[in-house]
Amino acid sequence: MLHVGAQPLAIDQLRHGGADAAAVDRFLDAHDVPLVEGATGTFLWRGEADAVRVQHWVVGLPNPLPMERLDGTDLWFAVTDLPEGSRVEYRLEVVHGDHVDNVEDPRNPNHAHNPYGSNSVVHGTGYEVPDWIELDEDARRGELRDLVLHSAALGRSVHAKVYLPARYRPTARYPLLVVHDGTDYLTFAAAQTVLDNLIHRLDVAELVAVFLDPGDRLVEYANHEGHARFVADELVPELERALPLIDHRGGRCLMGSSFGAIAAFSTAVRYPDRFGSLLLQSGSFAFTDIGSDHGGGPVFDPVVAFVNAYRAEPTRVADRLYVTCGTYEPMIRGSRAMVPVFRGTGAEVRYVEARDGHNWENWRDRLRDGLAWVFPGPQKFVYE
Amino acid sequence: MNDVLLLGPQRRPTLADAVADLGLDGPIATVNAGWQEREPDDRELDELLGERSVNLRLYARWADALRDDDELAQADRARRDRIDELQALYLRRLHHAMEGISALRHHAARDPGLRDAEMADAVEEIRRLDARHLDRIDEVEADFAQQLRLSERPVVAEHRAAVARLVGGTEAVAIAGGHVAVLLHCLRLFGLTGVLGERPVIAWSAGAMAISERVVLYHDLAVHSPGHAEVHARGLGLCRGVVPLPHARRRLRIDDHERMALLARRFAPARCVVLDDGARLSCPDGATGATDLPTVGLDGHLHAEAS
Repeated sequence: MLHVGAQPLAIDQLRHGGADAAAVDRFLDAHDVPLVEGATGTFLWRGEADAVRVQHWVVGLPNPLPMERLDGTDLWFAVTDLPEGSRVEYRLEVVHGDHVDNVEDPRNPNHAHNPYGSNSVVHGTGYEVPDWIELDEDARRGELRDLVLHSAALGRSVHAKVYLPARYRPTARYPLLVVHDGTDYLTFAAAQTVLDNLIHRLDVAELVAVFLDPGDRLVEYANHEGHARFVADELVPELERALPLIDHRGGRCLMGSSFGAIAAFSTAVRYPDRFGSLLLQSGSFAFTDIGSDHGGGPVFDPVVAFVNAYRAEPTRVADRLYVTCGTYEPMIRGSRAMVPVFRGTGAEVRYVEARDGHNWENWRDRLRDGLAWVFPGPQKFVYE
Repeated sequence: MNDVLLLGPQRRPTLADAVADLGLDGPIATVNAGWQEREPDDRELDELLGERSVNLRLYARWADALRDDDELAQADRARRDRIDELQALYLRRLHHAMEGISALRHHAARDPGLRDAEMADAVEEIRRLDARHLDRIDEVEADFAQQLRLSERPVVAEHRAAVARLVGGTEAVAIAGGHVAVLLHCLRLFGLTGVLGERPVIAWSAGAMAISERVVLYHDLAVHSPGHAEVHARGLGLCRGVVPLPHARRRLRIDDHERMALLARRFAPARCVVLDDGARLSCPDGATGATDLPTVGLDGHLHAEAS
């Protein structure tokens, strides 16, 4: 059993104290769930079941993680490593015979939402929810405007949202941030609030952002010529006609996560002179060094072909790349492998890892660092 | 030259006392352009000045000039582009020069004397880099002024005349903080130094920086910290021999003595003076005399001289 220094874990103290129902009541009343002690986390569930497991998305840990029943009680527990600063999303699988209930942890108030639902979240020691993701009364709000554009490249109408910063002025000039999976960034990564706050705090330059959504995501975001042409030849020129944008590559950044990062990256590869910066989060940089078995299934085939081709002949696609990935997600191998390839092209690369997984709150938490690097705010100019 | 009084940040205001001590009882021209769109929000400043302030509205005048004169607006845009590009190029060189300093510092020298000599050379190279950058920025500003014939442009001439009239009816000029680059540009564009006469100038925060000889930007605690202190432009030079460091304790790693020593050595013989809350630095005829304010020494420690 794991221990924090010489101090036994709380669950061990409970076990060795001869636990009964009343002791479990007191134990649960006294502790937040899951229990976090140093670099150790203890998941807990109480009730009758044939088995209970912790489902998670952490590469390296048994998945699902079986819970153990505390003798003589209906308390189930599982102890695991939880390194400092970690943020882990999970669900519980409660088994009765052949039936499995997959549920959020009823004793944990922390939840993370995503396009498919929500998960419980455990925060390791030292992790703090950033204060710049919350609505700040002092921060003036930017505006989201609907944009509908017919794309010949995609053969469909594209519905997007355009973010204009507070105090938007037609006489100013703004950098442009193109965000893939835009609605998800707005919904699950609080992107509008984050932009409002970071601009208000002078961490990030006043900017215009366009939030895009894909049609068939697994097609359009997997190195799709039509998507790249839409962004480079239709969307950006249209925005530059309508808004006071900086009209050179230094003022343009493509951003995305997962397949969205591939969409951003592959667009820049096809149009290497158009975009000065890329902000790539947990990019699906799947590739093979030999053979063709990449393990990602057919949807990854075009991505693997694209990444393999790029790795064979890397080209400079932007001046600056901000690349980030969670150390607990399968994408970490690809990100780590791509960083030296990007650097080898002469691009300036900032690479950041987080003890987190392939999820929206990981991507949210990296936005300040990434956006402040790509489009730094005027903080160094302002002296109150 | 003008008598100049540099103040610490005005979160805890000392302006009213300073004005009283100077015996100023007439109207005072104010420059709030560093706050850009918030330039008109000067009620608190006006109260501190006994409701005798005359807001010169330099930012609004700039915006008006850009709206009114398309050629000026385009040239101003090009000017900003060139300055941004120059600053980016300078920062790349500065970054590598600073890396060189760091590498020397960590070099396990068998003969420390040799390493110190190399270090002195490396600092000198950064001083030259800073100086050359300021020259290049000057060239951009001079080109802008000459090509545009700024003083002959009707909208600029009109605003300059208005500013001169307003300043002419005041006893002193007070320059507040905000965005130092915007502030400095507005001060230059509307020719404030040419209409000051012998009026005393009171300035704080970005205002203090803008009227010094060179604007040095710094923020060791920003998101991507620690950055390097960087020169941005030559200031108006109304106060000499000083690099004002407003909010130094909130923005600089004061306890990193090697870092602070490098800052002092880069800008010597000008003194890097900490202008924290409550600070007051008097510069008669624009010359910075002895001060008991904390000054960054060549050893990287803060020292207070005898006044």
